[in-house]
Amino acid sequence: MFEDFFDVVKKRFNGGADEEYKPPMFKCPRCQDLSSLSRYEELHRVCPKCNYHGRLSASERLAITVDRDSFREFDADMKSGNPIDFPEYLEKQEQLRETTGLNDAVVTGTATIKGSPVVIGVMDSRYMMGSMGSVVGEKITKAFEYATENNMAVIMFTASGGARMQEGIVSLMQMAKTSGAVKLHSDNGGLYITVLTDPTTGGVTASFASLGDIIIAEPKVLIGFAGRRVIEGTIKQRLPEDFQLAEFMHEKGFVDMIVERKKMRSTLSHLLKLHGYDKKEV
Amino acid sequence: MDEKKTAWERLQLVHTKGRPTVRDYIPLIFTDFYELHGDRHYGDDMAILGGIGRLDGRPVTIIGQVKGRDLDENKACNFAMPHPEGYRKALRLAKQAEKFHRPVICFIDTPGAFCGIAAEERGIGEAIAKNLAEFMTLRTPIISIVLGEGGSGGALALGVCDDLAILENAQYSVLSPRGFASILWKDASREQEASEIMHITAEDMVSLGVAEEVIEEPRGGAHNDLDKISENIKEYLSQKIPEKCEKDIDVLLKERYTKFRKIGEFLD
Repeated sequence: MFEDFFDVVKKRFNGGADEEYKPPMFKCPRCQDLSSLSRYEELHRVCPKCNYHGRLSASERLAITVDRDSFREFDADMKSGNPIDFPEYLEKQEQLRETTGLNDAVVTGTATIKGSPVVIGVMDSRYMMGSMGSVVGEKITKAFEYATENNMAVIMFTASGGARMQEGIVSLMQMAKTSGAVKLHSDNGGLYITVLTDPTTGGVTASFASLGDIIIAEPKVLIGFAGRRVIEGTIKQRLPEDFQLAEFMHEKGFVDMIVERKKMRSTLSHLLKLHGYDKKEV
Repeated sequence: MDEKKTAWERLQLVHTKGRPTVRDYIPLIFTDFYELHGDRHYGDDMAILGGIGRLDGRPVTIIGQVKGRDLDENKACNFAMPHPEGYRKALRLAKQAEKFHRPVICFIDTPGAFCGIAAEERGIGEAIAKNLAEFMTLRTPIISIVLGEGGSGGALALGVCDDLAILENAQYSVLSPRGFASILWKDASREQEASEIMHITAEDMVSLGVAEEVIEEPRGGAHNDLDKISENIKEYLSQKIPEKCEKDIDVLLKERYTKFRKIGEFLD
């Protein structure tokens, strides 16, 4: 759980005893204010000043979301090929595997949340900005197909810069593939909850992230299709600060609710129960 | 067919003034065409046209992205960059086609969906996503043809189909080569280099399983002989549409899902 993670943080920063101690700081990308890093980490990476919900790794997210020891991972070893022979693509991924411990940008599997079984997927923005290529597309598609076959609900935590450029048109096609799998799951009566986390953009916004029966967002996270700089370049003017934040998308009608991290697990559990998933045999 | 051109040479052809647009093709391929307007929610996006007409006497629904033939036309159709209401109009007409058992023919020709404030506010991501999901299970045949530029999710939103054909010099890509160079190398001027490594040509689409067929262009490009290129497109449609209409719809839907399902390269 999170305790291990905090130990690592503490060790790292209390290391050199001889050096003058300066508490490490966190600068919030939303309000630009500084707060102590330890406070930010204690709050599970929520800015104490403005409530911006920062990025979590897939394993940190699972740890605060699903019941202890309940997660069974699908396709843990699936690795990307190089469909358009993009220079240095495979090498880049080897390095990322070492630094992140992930094989690609999404982790999928089954778990229980306060006893309700669910198929869950969590994207991790540390791996090539959570971009969707063949592996992300295939794992998400398989997760939905498994849920359809077993009459299970799906929860997806999205975090992505969009399609993975290095896979060219093949990455674009993953949008159609995943959306098709979501549709078949929906036609079969399955519940799909999306949780939009920082950042959810591009081809992921324009596919499975926008197709949930219920769409939740964390406070102050970035949600959009086109990147901010691209839009500013097109319209030749500065965009307002709150543009494409969760609250903006909520106001425009594309997000059902904004839920704080500390209430996410209980909210998801209630929604699963409201749809009867706590009583379904799997 | 010309000898093989590079991706960059073809890209120049696609941007040649006078390259035929969907509005040039419609009167030469279809009869009794009636344009239908609006998404019934917000407005009518001129970057996507839709309507009904006949192909060889058979009623069909036609949807396509509209490029202008001059600056005024381009301003009116926003340089073929649709807003959400364009995609919602497309979906409305696709659903209408399903109701009346008409096949759908989509013409793709866009640099991408429009990147602007209004598009984001009205949910461009949701509009594209919805089309991907709904077209996948639309209970009527869908054929898509890439005419010139097939850029990004904005193109794919008309590209979930049973068979995809692409004109010989057209391109289909995850992002324009310019955008690609700008994102990956922070240098938009390396657009030519990007175009050559992105695998965006018609033949690339066939080898990657994205397109089923390449439609041959007249010597020098489609703009050199509008009648000929229209004839080639019509010949393709006249063969494909009856073939797809004869199929059992559940078989067709399974094949459509599988077509996209199997695209991707990974090691288990």
